[in-house]
Amino acid sequence: MRTRLLYSQILARLGLLAAAAALFAGCSEPQIKTLRVGNGTDPQALDPHIVQGVPEHRILSTLLEGLVDADRSTLEPIPAVASSWEISAGGTVYTFHLRPEARWSNGDPVTARDFVYSWRRILTPTLAADYAYMLHCLKNAKLYNEGKLDDFSQVGAKALDDRTLEVTLEAANPSFLSMQIHSAWYPVHQATVEAFGRIDQRDNRWSRPGNFVGNGAFVLERWVPNNVIEVVKNDLYWNAASVRLPRIQFYPIDNLLTEERSFRTGRLDLTENCPIEKIPVYVRERPDLIRIDPYLGTYFYRINTTRPPFDDVRVRKAFAFALNRDAIAHDVLTAGQKPARTYCVPEAVGYTCPVAIDYNVAEARRLLEEAGYPGGKGLPRVEILFNTSEAHKLIAEAVQRMWKENLGANITLVNQDWKVYLESQNSLDYQVARASWIGDYNDPVNFLDCFITNGGNNRTGWSSPEYDGLLHQASREPDPKTRLDLLAKAEGILLSEAPIIPIYHYVHPYLRSPDIIDWQTNILGYISFKHLDLRDSALQPRPVIRLKGPS
Amino acid sequence: MTRFIVKRLIEIVPVLFIIVTLVFFMIRLAPGGPFDAEKSAPPEVLENLEAYYHLDLPLHRQYLMYLGQLVHGDLGPSFKNSNFSVNELIALGFPVSLELGLYALAIALVIGLASGISASLKPNSARDYVPMSLAMAGICIPNFVLGPLLVLVFALWLGWLPASGWDGPLHKILPALTLGAAYAAYVARLTRGSMLEILSQDFIRTARAKGLSEARVVLRHALRGGIQPVVSFLGPAAAGLLSGSFVIETIFQIPGLGRFFVQAAFNRDYTMILGTVLFYASLILVFNLAVDVIEAFLDPRIREEHRNHA
Repeated sequence: MRTRLLYSQILARLGLLAAAAALFAGCSEPQIKTLRVGNGTDPQALDPHIVQGVPEHRILSTLLEGLVDADRSTLEPIPAVASSWEISAGGTVYTFHLRPEARWSNGDPVTARDFVYSWRRILTPTLAADYAYMLHCLKNAKLYNEGKLDDFSQVGAKALDDRTLEVTLEAANPSFLSMQIHSAWYPVHQATVEAFGRIDQRDNRWSRPGNFVGNGAFVLERWVPNNVIEVVKNDLYWNAASVRLPRIQFYPIDNLLTEERSFRTGRLDLTENCPIEKIPVYVRERPDLIRIDPYLGTYFYRINTTRPPFDDVRVRKAFAFALNRDAIAHDVLTAGQKPARTYCVPEAVGYTCPVAIDYNVAEARRLLEEAGYPGGKGLPRVEILFNTSEAHKLIAEAVQRMWKENLGANITLVNQDWKVYLESQNSLDYQVARASWIGDYNDPVNFLDCFITNGGNNRTGWSSPEYDGLLHQASREPDPKTRLDLLAKAEGILLSEAPIIPIYHYVHPYLRSPDIIDWQTNILGYISFKHLDLRDSALQPRPVIRLKGPS
Repeated sequence: MTRFIVKRLIEIVPVLFIIVTLVFFMIRLAPGGPFDAEKSAPPEVLENLEAYYHLDLPLHRQYLMYLGQLVHGDLGPSFKNSNFSVNELIALGFPVSLELGLYALAIALVIGLASGISASLKPNSARDYVPMSLAMAGICIPNFVLGPLLVLVFALWLGWLPASGWDGPLHKILPALTLGAAYAAYVARLTRGSMLEILSQDFIRTARAKGLSEARVVLRHALRGGIQPVVSFLGPAAAGLLSGSFVIETIFQIPGLGRFFVQAAFNRDYTMILGTVLFYASLILVFNLAVDVIEAFLDPRIREEHRNHA
């Protein structure tokens, strides 16, 4: 009896708690049409001259607009702030005509001087902008960025008047217009930047909500680190009439499983990625929700060419030939990744590479024997280094088995924390290391530049004067066809000397709600948010997506 | 008692100083730096970056500069989130972790105390075995298993609760339950053990003999002693609960301090690591002090001890 009384008291208190919780419980669904996007890691900043990653770039592409935009599917340059442009006969001088209706979100007109100021800012040495090198194609920009030139008027960017911008390049560059969609080239509003700090201040607060002045199709409404970034339609945007989405929310969700669960329960309309183990389930049960697009990226192994046995090109080639890339792409990876026989992505380069690395065990064994290691005898133990990740481990295990079976090599696997792994590669303290390159813009030179002698992204110790010479020659070549021939030749040298072993070309698997309309994609994964819309059904809560496969 | 509290508060300063010094030099020993990336920046840019954040100065000068800032309460700029200072990021993340921690603490106490007391009233019966077995399971199942399991059942199968986010009250139920479950289990087992001991003592028999209601005997007389081991446990546990859990915050996409802290370690964001470690250390020290004060309040013997030692 007494105990029952005690229970009834406890229960009554719990009931009160539950009632209070129920009172607080409310509906937090957005009332206006909102596209909710999973956006990977939390952005490091929203200053186009500071940021480096894809998540930052995706948000900035809604807030700012460069001179030239890219067609959503072909990536061909199309007018943006510049309504037209002329290119000089030698291909080194571009004259951009800015549209008079282009406005900043505070109503100021977007002028040619804004672009000159913005490019001066990113090239200011003390700002230490990672992507300043993208502007090195401008005349004297590299000298200015390295602090060897103080007078910016000597750099190839001049405002002839408010609406005319003259750009002079070091040499003709067929990628110059395509590069303009990169945030490094975006303009910033001078008065706003200067109101919140110096030109070279990295923690300048101009890009905070409330301070941000942009010229894009959307304006920054809310930014809560690690939680959400919200942008709303900019009514002052020059082409606001064509923008249909009133609001976009970007959620930084770096855990793929959390992102997938958020999509299934209707919290996201678009994900950044899809967990590898869920891909076959969606393909089988809900093919309408999953998309697997080609992507401008290559997964490869770097080889430290400064240490035996890999200082011998025959050993490197033997290891390259002994990999069955088809088996890795189809059996280990399951999202339709393409086996990589070249380094650059073949669909994107516009040339046929003269060398392709095929699976050829007989040739691999012959080369290894020629190098003095018949049947792998005398070959020292080889370590494969990768940053800690289940996917990298699976690939490394497959590679380990193939090299053991095909070459008799004794392989061990080593995984390291991300920063330790980067440090090991930078200091050439490894033998074979996992690596990848994702293109910043669609030009093979963006891939091939990595392997110039002593380049920061080389990390193999490999050096070829012939390769460096071809890339230099290509950078000065005005004829696009001849330029591509030079680049193809350079890639041929890279593959035949094998400081790297290409494994597969990336694809981009992600989940997309059928409510999103007018969707178009491209090999850069570049999304033009200003062209998207949502069906009215997106205003209703979406039912939980049920899958029969493993949850 | 006041002297005891003041003395303990003063002792916190050298402890924090030692922690800052150790962490400052230890993080510099870790391989890799804040600006290493897969796409490496040109050497001139890296030099300028290091100069911008004074990383080019000798280590002892950097240390002295940092201490100088610290005296003014400035934890410096975050290297990764360049638009925010470490102070701002802690101010943003901590209230979220605090809120989550408070809910979890409430769950731990309500479920833990109720089932512990209930089990101790009928030991070795089903009412003891069932909650205690569940408590053992609660201690054994790690939160990175429990979290996704709860999401699977309540969000994906039943569709009652959201799977992630921190927007409304419904979003807070599953994370708080996941974080609170293991603590509830510990509280239940501690309460049961100490309550069994107290309930067998003479003063309880006297209380019952005087005709007090069972509720009064248990909740007023027995619980006051029975709760003591729980209080000792809750000091460090509360600091852990309130300062956030990286795993829970990642599974449920909660913008708390735990995520900032672990991301800072991965990114080698030196100032952010130092700031969060310092903040956590202060929190733990203050909570331990709070536990000592509460224990003294509950137990006159401890109060006497403090008076003699102060």
